[in-house]
Amino acid sequence: MAPPDPTPTAAPEATPLLRAEAVTRRLPGPVPVTLVEGVNLTVGRGEFLAVTGPSGSGKSSLLYLLGLLDRPSAGELYFLGRPTSRISEHERARLRLDHIGFVFQFHYLLPELSAEQNVALPMRKAGRLPIRQVRDRARELLARLGLEDCLAKTPDLLSGGQRQRVAVARALANEPDLILADEPTGNLDQKSGSQVFDIFEQLAADGGHSVVTVTHDQALAARAGRRITVVDGRIVSA
Amino acid sequence: MSLTVDIALSHIARRRRQAAVSLVGVALGVGFFVAIAALMQGFQQYFVAKVIDVSPHVAMKDEYRTPPRQPVALRYPEAAIALGGVKPKDEPRGIKNGFARLAEIERLPGVAAAPVLTGELILRYGSKDVSAALLGIQPPRERRVSNLEGDLTAGSLDALYGSANALILGQGLADKLGVGLGDSVTALSPAGVVMKMKIVGLFETGITTMDLRQAYSLLKKAQVLQNRPNVVNEIRLRLDDVARAEAVARRLEARYGYRTESWEESNRNVLGIFVIQNAIMYSTTSAILIVAAFGIFNIVSTVVLEKTRDIAILKSIGLESHDVETIFLLQGLIVGLVGSLLGWAIGYGLIELLASVRFNIEGFMRSEGFKLERGFANYLIAAAVAILASGLAALLPARKAARVDPVEIIRGAT
Ligand SMILES: Nc1ncnc2c1ncn2[C@@H]1O[C@H](COP(=O)(O)OP(=O)(O)OP(=O)(O)O)[C@@H](O)[C@H]1O
Ligand SMILES: [Mg+2]
Repeated sequence: MAPPDPTPTAAPEATPLLRAEAVTRRLPGPVPVTLVEGVNLTVGRGEFLAVTGPSGSGKSSLLYLLGLLDRPSAGELYFLGRPTSRISEHERARLRLDHIGFVFQFHYLLPELSAEQNVALPMRKAGRLPIRQVRDRARELLARLGLEDCLAKTPDLLSGGQRQRVAVARALANEPDLILADEPTGNLDQKSGSQVFDIFEQLAADGGHSVVTVTHDQALAARAGRRITVVDGRIVSA
Repeated sequence: MSLTVDIALSHIARRRRQAAVSLVGVALGVGFFVAIAALMQGFQQYFVAKVIDVSPHVAMKDEYRTPPRQPVALRYPEAAIALGGVKPKDEPRGIKNGFARLAEIERLPGVAAAPVLTGELILRYGSKDVSAALLGIQPPRERRVSNLEGDLTAGSLDALYGSANALILGQGLADKLGVGLGDSVTALSPAGVVMKMKIVGLFETGITTMDLRQAYSLLKKAQVLQNRPNVVNEIRLRLDDVARAEAVARRLEARYGYRTESWEESNRNVLGIFVIQNAIMYSTTSAILIVAAFGIFNIVSTVVLEKTRDIAILKSIGLESHDVETIFLLQGLIVGLVGSLLGWAIGYGLIELLASVRFNIEGFMRSEGFKLERGFANYLIAAAVAILASGLAALLPARKAARVDPVEIIRGAT
């Protein structure tokens, strides 16, 4: 189980996977909008973290910042101990590719590609494995998620739960350190949603992966090792 | 295959019908270009080769480019009064010291020269009168300057020495008169000389106007007919290097003052038509390609719009802007490439079709079919232009795709 205390000093390792220090994100404009404000957060290796909060509170915005998809307006985000606010787009893309896997509410699979091809995509971009091994690993991941019969199917031939599991498999393709999920169960029935959380629990338990997931479902959130609540862009309870 | 190529192909496959339309557009542009270029260049090259073959590379004539100033104008250079009815200075026509100049010109390296006296002639056979252009030549020199001997279909050049008054006629001219080899015709010159002449040779150059009008005799006979003893009014040159024709012409004109024309200048009107022809060809085929390029622009723009979500997800995974740009640029290039290959096939087919057409026309050149330039260069040019145009058409939407901000898209969709 993860430690009950979420403050940075209480993080289990010397170098946590991810550490946010006073991270703020504002949208500039005539009326600036503050999406995230003064967030301090540490995510350790193998941690399973659930983020809850009312609609429009800034959960998704926080997730994009943690996933190096968005840049903070102020504060600093350390990924594997390195500050990330000033590195190039190229390096951020590389970090996302190698270390982070995203799962979104609307699965976001490429509709023209089969399940197997979708899962192979991050591996092909990374270019570390020969194409044969890429294929084998894609099949293996899909099998692990119970999708061995869906390899060649395009997303329109899959059920919502199956699609979301394909998206999880794709997020896992490059053995990421961190999996970020934004309401992954939002469009799923109870059973499928529970299955996705089973997978997250396993991934965190195996020790290799940290999982941060946004959810509205309190029952599911209760299964996470740690919970934080976001209101008006701030973490209000841990 | 590369990831970007795969995704690009998957997008094209999704829009097969539209892609096919653009593809056909590119293919038609390339195909027509290849075929029309083959047709026009083939004809133009054939024409130029013929002209270079049958006419002198450079001809010096007994004329001046600007009419010489008359004595009255020279005497009163600042005259305010115009004098009318002044008789022009009576210059004997012909190139002054023609043979001395010929000898000088012949000494130039890479130059062969031959003297000619040209003049009008009426040929009479039975009740037919036909006008002809008579060229008085010296066979040994003429041989080195023109291909007359090679164009003979009957008789020989040396036969000009064989009879007292010998004449070689163009085939068309002979047909008009109704004469053949060995027949005798009556020749009347503007100078009033009448001569019975025997046909000792017939030629066919393939250039209709020449075959219909020209007649050759010995220089001496022509001088007698025109009543201009020892006069030469043209010196014709053949160069080892045709490309030097214009330069040599300019030098000789500067040196001797006589109007000296290269073959290019003499045929400037026709060569000018070629330029216009080529311009029309290029603009027609570019128009087809431009339409095709618009089609490509349209498709790629639509795909980019449709695929913003996919672009966002690709970027969130870790693909970079340049990967995304490549994906959409490739779609244009693929259509351009495949369209070009298809166009090559169309062009090749059209050329073979044209080649199989047989006809007999006598325009200003005699021909039994299309002359076609089948070189690979036109294929390459057409494909290069088509692929470039397709790439440019895709570039704008591809740039737009590369600029998509994933956060904005994902935030908007969730
Ligand atoms: N481009 C934008 N311009 C203005 N306001 C924005 C923009 N994007 C987001 N917001 C606002 O920022 C706040 C945070 O949005 P965010 O999507 O992070 O919330 P959330 O907690 O994920 O909400 P939900 O539970 O509905 O997904 C919201 O109030 C939203 O309306
Ligand atoms: Mg959200």
